Amino acid sequence: MRLPGKGLNQGAKPITFAFNGRHMMGLEGDTLASALLANGTHLVGRSFKYHRPRGVLTAGSEEPNALVTIGTGGQQDPNVRATQQELFEGLEARSQNCWPSVERDVMAVNDLAAPFFGAGFYYKTFMWPAAFWEKVYEPMIRNAAGLGALSGEADRDTYEKAFAFCDVLVIGSGPAGLMAALTAGRAGADVILAEEDGRMGGRLLAEREEIGGKPGHVWAAEVLAELEAMENVRLMPRTAVTGAYDQGTYGALERVSHHLPRRHSLKGSHLPRECFWRIAAKHAVLAAGAIERPVAFRNNDRPGIMMAGAVRAYLNRWGVAPGERVTLFANNDQAHRTARDLHDAGVHIAAVIDSRHDAPVDGPYQVIKGAQVCGSAGRQRVESITVRSVRGEEKIQTDCLAMSGGWNPSVHLTCHLNSRPQWNREALAFVPAEGAVPGMVTAGACNGAFSTASALREGAEAAGKVLEAQGLKSAAADLPDAEDDPYRITALWAVPGKGRAWLDFQNDVTVKDVKQAAVENFRSVEHMKRYTTQGMATDQGKNSNVAALAVLADATGRTIPETGTTTFRPPFVPVSLGAMGAGATDEGFKPQRFLTSHGESDTRGAHQLEVGLWYRAAYFPKQGETNWRQSCDREVTLVRKAVGICDVSTLGKIDIQGADAGKFLDFLYTNTFSTLKVGRVRYGLMLREDGFVMDDGTTARLGEKHFVMTTTTAAAGQVMAHMEFVSQALYPEWDVRFTSVTEQWAQFAVAGPKSQELLNGLLGEDVNGETWPFMGCGEATVLGVKGRLFRISFSGEHAYEVAVPARYGESLYRELLKRAEAMGGGAYGMEALNVLRIEKGLITHAEINGTVTAFDLGLQGMMSKKKDFLGKAMSAREGLMAEDRMRLVGLKPVGAAKEITAGAHLFTPGDPVERIYDQGYVTSAGYSPTLGHPVGLAFLKEGPDRIGETVRLVDHMRGVDTLCEVVSPVFFDPEGGRARG
Amino acid sequence: MAELKAKSPCDRLLPITLGGMSLTEEQPGSMWVLAPFKGQEKALSKALEAAHGIAFPAANRATGKAGSRAVWFGREMALLMGPEPDAKLVKHAALTEQSDAWAVVRLDGAGAGDVLARLVPVDLRPQIFKRGHTVRTELKHMMASVTRIGPQAFQIMVFRSMAKTLVHDLKTAMEAVTARG
Repeated sequence: MRLPGKGLNQGAKPITFAFNGRHMMGLEGDTLASALLANGTHLVGRSFKYHRPRGVLTAGSEEPNALVTIGTGGQQDPNVRATQQELFEGLEARSQNCWPSVERDVMAVNDLAAPFFGAGFYYKTFMWPAAFWEKVYEPMIRNAAGLGALSGEADRDTYEKAFAFCDVLVIGSGPAGLMAALTAGRAGADVILAEEDGRMGGRLLAEREEIGGKPGHVWAAEVLAELEAMENVRLMPRTAVTGAYDQGTYGALERVSHHLPRRHSLKGSHLPRECFWRIAAKHAVLAAGAIERPVAFRNNDRPGIMMAGAVRAYLNRWGVAPGERVTLFANNDQAHRTARDLHDAGVHIAAVIDSRHDAPVDGPYQVIKGAQVCGSAGRQRVESITVRSVRGEEKIQTDCLAMSGGWNPSVHLTCHLNSRPQWNREALAFVPAEGAVPGMVTAGACNGAFSTASALREGAEAAGKVLEAQGLKSAAADLPDAEDDPYRITALWAVPGKGRAWLDFQNDVTVKDVKQAAVENFRSVEHMKRYTTQGMATDQGKNSNVAALAVLADATGRTIPETGTTTFRPPFVPVSLGAMGAGATDEGFKPQRFLTSHGESDTRGAHQLEVGLWYRAAYFPKQGETNWRQSCDREVTLVRKAVGICDVSTLGKIDIQGADAGKFLDFLYTNTFSTLKVGRVRYGLMLREDGFVMDDGTTARLGEKHFVMTTTTAAAGQVMAHMEFVSQALYPEWDVRFTSVTEQWAQFAVAGPKSQELLNGLLGEDVNGETWPFMGCGEATVLGVKGRLFRISFSGEHAYEVAVPARYGESLYRELLKRAEAMGGGAYGMEALNVLRIEKGLITHAEINGTVTAFDLGLQGMMSKKKDFLGKAMSAREGLMAEDRMRLVGLKPVGAAKEITAGAHLFTPGDPVERIYDQGYVTSAGYSPTLGHPVGLAFLKEGPDRIGETVRLVDHMRGVDTLCEVVSPVFFDPEGGRARG
Repeated sequence: MAELKAKSPCDRLLPITLGGMSLTEEQPGSMWVLAPFKGQEKALSKALEAAHGIAFPAANRATGKAGSRAVWFGREMALLMGPEPDAKLVKHAALTEQSDAWAVVRLDGAGAGDVLARLVPVDLRPQIFKRGHTVRTELKHMMASVTRIGPQAFQIMVFRSMAKTLVHDLKTAMEAVTARG
């Protein structure tokens, strides 16, 4: 019911919205919860386990009951707290965990079976038959229990992540937070003020009290206006700080557009739904306030039973009376304000029930002292309560019960770095431990300072402390006058009696459940939590933790501090995965690296292959080719018979210079490079420190003190890091400098018998065996551009690699193709490149798979005996040179299948096909059009000694079982005459 | 004889103008990594000053101005942007040409800092990261070099092959910042 003339949003624009298909009116500034209450709707959802009717309990992010679903399809947001959802025109919300409707929920029958469903029920009941758990019990339980659901469709909304930095992060914008931000802002510090609510001001918006002679909310608005005008202050409303992390880093979730009609965040507008912030702050002031705790009594979960502070918030901030005959049940003075404010607003107070005998009487309404509410009645909303006092039990008609068991300071963030809160006996609450989070100071209600005056004072003091630590001067705090009433509270956690008294509304945990846990010896608070699931729902026990452990303490005969709290973990409020993974969808998932030839190969219809982050052409289908094999065979053949062009720029290229460059390479590679002549290239092998092969490649000597190393595409980064390690950690005294030049050069393989002829027209000089011998290198002018030429071959053919600065890459690629095609050659891709190198027995990372040694590759001869090199000592370990290791061989089929597949395992014919008989595995395979049959490379036990033997190849994945002959890994031109000639 | 045509890394990707911000490709001229040999740091800085009028930059700093700038580029490394390095520098440092290796863009305008705050995990507030400050850091998933070259202007560099992703990521962030108004 909206009260005319009340609330802070008087005269606000009316807004139409729908709840469960029913159209209603609200006001701008409303939350969904306040608008529903204004429309007299208390029943909002059904509970998790028993499907009991539930209504709005709180007015903040701790809301356990009023969870709704907003949106449909991929944009469906489940578990939206109605207390946080700001109303907008056209908002459509619906209840969850109910069917067919929230009023008539079939699963409410669970509630009738409640005696069977207590804590531990599942553990004890669904034990056998064991196979039933996964297929029957679990799906059934999951179906019955639960909160909102996702649609199963991809979420196409945009989210973002961002970083922020500041001197002082103030968390919370109540009196303490505002005072801290004001003090720090005036002193010139860079301040971020984060507030999870859509409107800043905290409790000042919910209470009727004065600060400095003005209404609290007016004072808040004035302070906010001053802060807004400061360039060094950034206000972040709708931003919940979710976690405290190392070194002053805080996570925060900003709800950017949840309060706006959907169209604002649809594609095309680019406004994100949420932004996940990482805020690095020199200091933080935690002014997170406190959360009011319910009192457990029989049927205390009925819609219409609300927190006393929330009732005040609905009345004073939104002008909504949640009932017409309101009762109050409290154990502290502060809660009496609810009765006072409602009465002043003209709402009938049916009774104030206070558990204390010395409760104050501060209004012309009935105050029942020393009494407790011990039950409630009503169907989908409370209709009456039962009060127990010295006079006996009496029933009081009421449509709204405001309750307060006191306040729990929001200590959550102070515990994220492992600190435990401390029990304050006077406040009957856990308060933060001193220095719980380095750089964080606490102030106000989260610190146990519950009066407005003390919040203001602590806020100013906290800011003063951090300013001093940062060497900034703060003006003497100008503290306005404010309410400074004592808190006065007497413990009351649970009202004794029969029936179910709810502690955790969200997970349906009752006092009985906690006691049962203790009876079954789950006495540790952590065990109790897991046994009962108390505190495990999306509210993470914000409303219930302290009361639950108080009940546990009582049941186990311990004090509350002895019992202790469970661990507070981030996030403080639920964070959507969309926000955490923001930007990492589609093209944002990972960077794409494109070759200079990419556009041209695309034009030619190349199928692109992802190689790490790179995109490389796999093959170039020609008209009439319907299968990749046809293209690949043709491309292999054109290299063998004419000339092929392939972009090899992805290979890592590292420029190495300095007086000790040769020495450096000698240590990196197993073989020697310091003796390499200028203008020559050498193949080298690199080991990891553990003696296994890390990478291979060629290194060219361009000058006395100047080399260019080539790495494989896959290991470019790894080799660079390896070199940094050697240079920085092992031999920092060596004079050597290196830097990656992978991106500087566009480099193309020109391979095949006609490669020399092709280059002859391209270079400004005569290319022949004299000027460019096999394994020669040097500078060359390529169509007038200064480039480099290397006579190296990865195909076994007479071949070159020609390099030009990357800006000319595309142009050169086109020119090379034009000339090659005129000679009967053309482009070849990764598939053909692979077949060409398998035919030659040349290795890639398919062979260098991290488990092989130089010995396994037959390259033990490359491990120099004359010098030290990285990995030498470890490679000499016994076992790494053992004859029976799996070693490199070639395979060709002799069986009927004539198929070799990479990944297949090898067995001795006649042996069972079982793991212990495994003789080796195939690493690379392809069809060789040159030889007319499939070829493969494999690691085989005692491989080189078994040449000529037959092995059985079994590939369970692809269903291949055939025989192969073990052959030399070099299938084609074993003498190497074609490359040298 | 045929001639090779040059193509810039961000060819056909830029410029982009959005919400008062502009993203343009820079044409920095030559780019060379200067890496002083052992004990040559001071001599290199002197030679650099004599030849090009700029000092070798300290860590996280850039010296010079547009057309002739030296940007700190990693451990004992600077990137000389603009002139071809003088031959006298060869004595003191390893010189490696990188003119074609990096995509160089300029993000300019109110909101440029907010755009980078969505991509770069480094404190780029104007009072901390002033003109002439530079950092090697991440831009989303890419290793980048970011230098403040004006009150609201940054020079951003990533590997040439990642130019498309750079533009995509910056554009996405520019759109998000602009959408907030």
